[in-house]
Amino acid sequence: MSREPVAVIGIGQTKHVAARHDVSIAGLVREAAQRALADAELGWRDIDAVVIGKAPDFFEGVMMPELYLADALGAVGKPMLRVHTAGSVGGSTALVAANLVAARVHRTVLTLAFEKQSESNAMWGLSLPIPFQQPLLAGAGGFFAPHVRAYIRRSGAPESVGSLVAYKDRRNALKNPYAHVRDPQITLEKVRSSPMLWDPIRYLETCPSSDGACALVLSDTTGARRAPRPPAWVRGGAMRSEPTMFAGKDYVSPRAGQDCAADVYRQAGIGEPRREIDVVEMYVPFSWYEPMWLENLGFAAEGEGWKLTEGGVTELDGDLPVNPSGGVLSTNPIGASGMIRFAEAALQVRGQAGEHQVDGARLALGHAYGGGSQFFSMWLVGSERPDV
Amino acid sequence: MPPALRAPLVVEFPFTRSLGPVQSAFLTGLRERTVLGVRCRDGRVLVPPVEYDPVTAEEIRELVEVAATGTVTSWAWNPRPRRHQPLDRPFAWALVRLDGADTAMLHALDALEAAAVHTGMRVRIRWAADRSGAITDIACFEPDDGGAVGGEPRVFGGEFADAVSGIVAPARLDYTYSPGRAQSRYLDALAGHRTVGERCPACGKVYVPPRGACPTCGVATAEQVEVGPRGTVTTYCVVNIKAKNLDIEVPYVYAHIALDGADLALHGRIGGIPYDQVRMGLRVEPVWTEGGRYPDHYRPTGEPDADYDSYKELL
Repeated sequence: MSREPVAVIGIGQTKHVAARHDVSIAGLVREAAQRALADAELGWRDIDAVVIGKAPDFFEGVMMPELYLADALGAVGKPMLRVHTAGSVGGSTALVAANLVAARVHRTVLTLAFEKQSESNAMWGLSLPIPFQQPLLAGAGGFFAPHVRAYIRRSGAPESVGSLVAYKDRRNALKNPYAHVRDPQITLEKVRSSPMLWDPIRYLETCPSSDGACALVLSDTTGARRAPRPPAWVRGGAMRSEPTMFAGKDYVSPRAGQDCAADVYRQAGIGEPRREIDVVEMYVPFSWYEPMWLENLGFAAEGEGWKLTEGGVTELDGDLPVNPSGGVLSTNPIGASGMIRFAEAALQVRGQAGEHQVDGARLALGHAYGGGSQFFSMWLVGSERPDV
Repeated sequence: MPPALRAPLVVEFPFTRSLGPVQSAFLTGLRERTVLGVRCRDGRVLVPPVEYDPVTAEEIRELVEVAATGTVTSWAWNPRPRRHQPLDRPFAWALVRLDGADTAMLHALDALEAAAVHTGMRVRIRWAADRSGAITDIACFEPDDGGAVGGEPRVFGGEFADAVSGIVAPARLDYTYSPGRAQSRYLDALAGHRTVGERCPACGKVYVPPRGACPTCGVATAEQVEVGPRGTVTTYCVVNIKAKNLDIEVPYVYAHIALDGADLALHGRIGGIPYDQVRMGLRVEPVWTEGGRYPDHYRPTGEPDADYDSYKELL
């Protein structure tokens, strides 16, 4: 039996900020969920199941979100699932929800991801002092910076590329009313003169800590037909994982990421992603990950990703815009960041992205990764319904 | 084989919680010796209150005040209180339905012995002397023999001055951590300043530190292989910001080091060379300090740099 086509018919985000002291975590997720329902013009009773994702438990200290947040998400008496794949969780949560619709288990599913970084300290959560083990000598940025250096060495990219990505994403964020970090005075010089935190990563090339939530309403063909606004159709979706460390692991271009992208393209019948895909929302927490993922996702040959960035291809008005929303560099409620990528991809093909809309976007890739570059989740959404 | 190691692992963090309007009113009320609940769409009064109706999912904001007296609906005796529990002597965990409420709340009930507690018994709140807007403002419940039964819930229309908007919720988990046999063997060798990994019988890769199994092949690793002590810096970063819990002067170099004979890099700090002269391919050796379980850092050996092709597969 064929899969049921899956449509994104509702999208909601909170205005992402450093700290939302005015709401509880329940109030925060509620806000995103209500906006997604309003977008779909549906009520709580129209939802058959809820799938929720969040960052690792210590990150904001909610150990059982499915228990605490059921009231706020109208999930009482319905199936409610929790998904957990570190930083990629927002993406894999949306995919679990999509699969429930595709498998015709449920017709309309609310999926949601959140994080209130202000209620905890993610750096603490990442560096628990495990007995007998050598402590990691650097935080998240320090973990990823050596891999960036390896990329620069391998590709021969000029050092300026990282700042170009940051400058672009920070300008894009000015067009996105939901973005957290919005600096109208941003200049390339400002990025290049910002402090070097973990050489080769500068301060303005890193993501912020944000409080925020994102929600999607996914439905079947019937639900899409009833939807008041154009849906985004899921054309392909996949997840892959690999260990944090193993002999032969390629941290610059992990095999799991390549395989995940290839699976998505195969499902969607994409032969030339660079030519066929109109816009990408990729998970770039440190600016250099844009050229790295451009290669990993098959948009450029190995060692060539930085040339797309340097040539302006990934600019909002470029041939392959990357992160028109401002991306993770501008907004990072960790547990929600992956779902925001998926949501922004869907907004683009629905023509609902507002000021950061890419003209005529018909196919968009949403991408998330997490852990030590070990969890990958991606979906490709389109304005056209896939053939059944 | 050395005995497997064990050690306590305490995970502890003071999470903060923004309360939102309903929990803010509830906790501020406790500070003022007023117990507030919410009335649901179906007329039930929930104490403690919730922000969203469990039946209709609607936002509920109608606060009602209930009595400080109530009835035990169920209970369990706690003969050996643990640290940070509400009372330091044996007590009952009780579900108490306050007069005017339709749901029961969990708290401690101060009673002399289990025989003095029964379902249906009347109890009242014992307020803490110092109250700050927290659930601990209720010190516990205590028997209320012969006291009056509280009346109907009253709509609470008031507002508190200086409402509590957030709390700190300390979380603590106590584990006993055991790193297992592979790491115990590894640490045992390190105590003699030797680095011993394990080779996978299927793919032949040497894992350092060993995990007892190959993550790629999924088979047990048993063959011990001594690697190092020298190695090559495969990649690194210069850390310019001081991390919490790390007593290292910045800037310093955090590097991936492939010890000779190992098939993946481990992590370490580079010393004995100015930070801005560290490079990929630098040959290094461990430097031990008295009593250190791991090398304190790695320093240059003075050998010529390793050729990029010799370590590029380890990046």
